[in-house]
Amino acid sequence: MTLNVEARTRLGAFSLDAGFATEGGVTAIFGRSGSGKTTLINIIAGLVRPEHGRVVLDKEVLLDTARGIDMPAYRPRIGYGFQEGRLFPHLNVRQNLLYGRWFAADDIGQESFDAVVEMLALGALLKRGTAKLSGGEKQRVAIGRALLASPRLLLMDEPLSSLDHQRKLEVVPYLERLRDQADVPIIYVSHSVPEVARLATTVVLIEDGKIVASGPTSQMMKRMTVIENQI
Amino acid sequence: MPTLTPEELDAIRLSLRVAVVATIFSLPFGIAVAYVLARCRFPGRFLLNALVLLPLILPPVVTGYVLLRLFGTKGPIGHWLTEALGIVLAFRWTGAALACAIMGFPLMVRAIQLTIEAVDIGLEQAAATLGASRFWVFATVTLPLILPGIIAGAILAFARAMGEFGATITFVSNIPGETQTLPTLIYTFTQVPGGDASALKLTLISIVIAFAAIFASEAVARAVSRRVRSQ
Repeated sequence: MTLNVEARTRLGAFSLDAGFATEGGVTAIFGRSGSGKTTLINIIAGLVRPEHGRVVLDKEVLLDTARGIDMPAYRPRIGYGFQEGRLFPHLNVRQNLLYGRWFAADDIGQESFDAVVEMLALGALLKRGTAKLSGGEKQRVAIGRALLASPRLLLMDEPLSSLDHQRKLEVVPYLERLRDQADVPIIYVSHSVPEVARLATTVVLIEDGKIVASGPTSQMMKRMTVIENQI
Repeated sequence: MPTLTPEELDAIRLSLRVAVVATIFSLPFGIAVAYVLARCRFPGRFLLNALVLLPLILPPVVTGYVLLRLFGTKGPIGHWLTEALGIVLAFRWTGAALACAIMGFPLMVRAIQLTIEAVDIGLEQAAATLGASRFWVFATVTLPLILPGIIAGAILAFARAMGEFGATITFVSNIPGETQTLPTLIYTFTQVPGGDASALKLTLISIVIAFAAIFASEAVARAVSRRVRSQ
């Protein structure tokens, strides 16, 4: 997988002028809140349209404002794990998980459904309504739902930030299994150094809407810690 | 239980038929207009909103007279309908249904618009990232979530149609067996000597029908919201 992103846009007083490229694995976009992380992945997902920008996934142009190309969000099969989960309240867990399957070109089959259910330990929750899930369970279902739409790329926007410490510890191992077993490139937005250190292979640092550095996680630890201490 | 004359039975049956037809036929338009008003920002939005609300504010007689001028056999729309499609609305029960639909429209649109405004757009975005096009997002996420509002709007419009008097009597008159509804028949009885007993009887029947409609709507609304919430 290769992904190239360039975007320049203005949102009120905030301006974003960022570009980066990644080749797979888990790429963390690290920065403090308000630095433009979420805007950046919303642009990749096609949910936000920048004034100027270009997004290319595996040679397929998803967005090119200069050439008037803007693929609607439902086309490129980019999965998105939202910060708040965003499970459909009128569907139960199983129906939420299978939602993307209605629209998938090729049927993913019972086997991969079972595999995802097992990986994220969702078996006991399948018949439950979303209102009866804990925060951590909601995130696991949201991740499973995104995975089962067989995405080419998975975006995750601080999936742990709404959880308390105990719940975080409960979900992190699932994210590690996702990274090691699911074979989907991931872009992981976060402002937590321990999370990024544990999960990411590459780190892109963003500050005030600009990319200030990027590289392998081990080389970025110092700068991430500096940024985190400023928060 | 007092016995009903054929004239009274006709009026009850006609009122129910007019109200049901008016509600069912205006519902798709009501949903569409409510969606546009809730979600779209365009130059003529203010005008559309005013136009929808107009029948609520105008004296019903005025609305009825406008309908008569537009949809009467010599009116621009009525003339065309008669010539091209052979449809006559003036002084027919179908005209009564049109008058009732227009009088109930603002109530229907308002109820639906409020629930559309309450729908979390984040859920619709989530559906898009799972592969759902705009149509499918509406059909599988928006529509089920606004169902309580649609039911409430339909019941309000139905109730308004059952009680409609001014626009109906102006547009389609008060013809027994064709356009004489419950309210216009009650009015007739109050105008003739010795009609008091009949007027009172029909008034009681109106109250019973209104109660039944309210109980039915409460029961349906409760069942729907329970279903949505329990998931």
